[in-house]
Amino acid sequence: MVQPLTYFKESASQTAGPYVHIGCTPNFSGITGVYETDLGSGSMVNDKTRGERITIRGFVYDGAMTPLKDALIEIWQADADGFYNSPSETRGKADPNFLGWARCPGDMQTGEFVFETIKPGRVPFRDGRLMAPHVTFWIVARGINLGLNTRMYFSDEEQANAEDPILSRIEHRVRVPTLIGKREGDTVTFNIYLQGENETIFFDI
Amino acid sequence: MKNAPPETTPFFPRDREWHPPAFTPGYKTSVLRSPQRALISLEGTKSEITGPVFGHNILGEFDNDLIVNFAKPGEMAIGERIMVYGRVLDERGVGIPGALVEFWQANAGGRYRHKKETYLAPLDPNFGGCGRTITDENGGYFFKTIKPGPYPWPNGVNDWRPAHIHFSVFGHGFAQRLITQMYFEGDPMIWICPIVKTIPDENAIKGLIAALDMNNTIPHDMRAYKFDIILRGRRSTFFENRKEGN
Repeated sequence: MVQPLTYFKESASQTAGPYVHIGCTPNFSGITGVYETDLGSGSMVNDKTRGERITIRGFVYDGAMTPLKDALIEIWQADADGFYNSPSETRGKADPNFLGWARCPGDMQTGEFVFETIKPGRVPFRDGRLMAPHVTFWIVARGINLGLNTRMYFSDEEQANAEDPILSRIEHRVRVPTLIGKREGDTVTFNIYLQGENETIFFDI
Repeated sequence: MKNAPPETTPFFPRDREWHPPAFTPGYKTSVLRSPQRALISLEGTKSEITGPVFGHNILGEFDNDLIVNFAKPGEMAIGERIMVYGRVLDERGVGIPGALVEFWQANAGGRYRHKKETYLAPLDPNFGGCGRTITDENGGYFFKTIKPGPYPWPNGVNDWRPAHIHFSVFGHGFAQRLITQMYFEGDPMIWICPIVKTIPDENAIKGLIAALDMNNTIPHDMRAYKFDIILRGRRSTFFENRKEGN
């Protein structure tokens, strides 16, 4: 006999289903008058937010290359100086005008998601090396049994990407581009492929 | 929470034998929406162990009362009146204060209020189907609603969802983010549902079934169901790797 380890097990995940909007973006789904606005909707920046304004847009494609029209995407990112607006951020205080979190349902007709945000600063890896600027993505939808985690890096950060401790340890180099958002002007395009030749790298975080 | 030091340790690894796998052919939609390559493991960095905090200022007075939050003044949603309560805990059994919990459900007839919903059961003009709350200092939460009905869905020719409430939960780190569903004690539909059956472990399914709690039932008003939600635990601080230099 040994002493028992008294841990609980995490509640098992279940799909967000086709009507995730009702709970997470009710106004978007046509339920008005309950919440004033949908949490995490609208621009992530205000006039005082520090940093370079960018727009992230993209689609989530299934294995038949059809865009999902019922997905919900959330992003989480650091501010322009690389600080997270979270109590667990112990290195410094994040920009009070930037929460760093947003959610966007894919458009019901096209499936496109759009985030108005700023380009994040660099955040240290666990050993102190700097990671390249990146945005954490979380994707849920009907048919996705457990939320998918990935990261979007930036195409205009070639040097930082080359040094990034996460990107640089990915064995199959041919897959690395699936994590790179393509920057053109102020727009960064990031498409997510659930399956197929260009299947996005998803992380077990 | 106010005086507690910030938690900066990584989370326990997720037990992916316990959660449903991505590819579950019995649930047809998963077939084309399931990544086929191995996930790349990533021990929590700042990007995963941090997460947004939501203040009580986002909450309206009736956000946690689905019986009235969409109803016309003086009217109420139709259905069996219930209260759902419980705690949001982590795998260490520690209550998680300040956690945003969002929930959504069908009405008493099994019909969702959504543009794309086509089931013939009628909408209830007084029921929207969404609510939210933030856990108290012990991780506790509750809301009032009506018991949702079961409904048929296009998968097999005769597949039905058991009565259920969807939950979306934020912990303190973005890696704790979880969506799941709550089922009701005693419902025979649970065990024949293709979505429930995506979960390989029977005990994991039992962990999603809320217990009827007659002790907390409000006499002459509503019955109570207890539903605790467990999020990933954090490593203890004394095991923290301090190389990061903070």
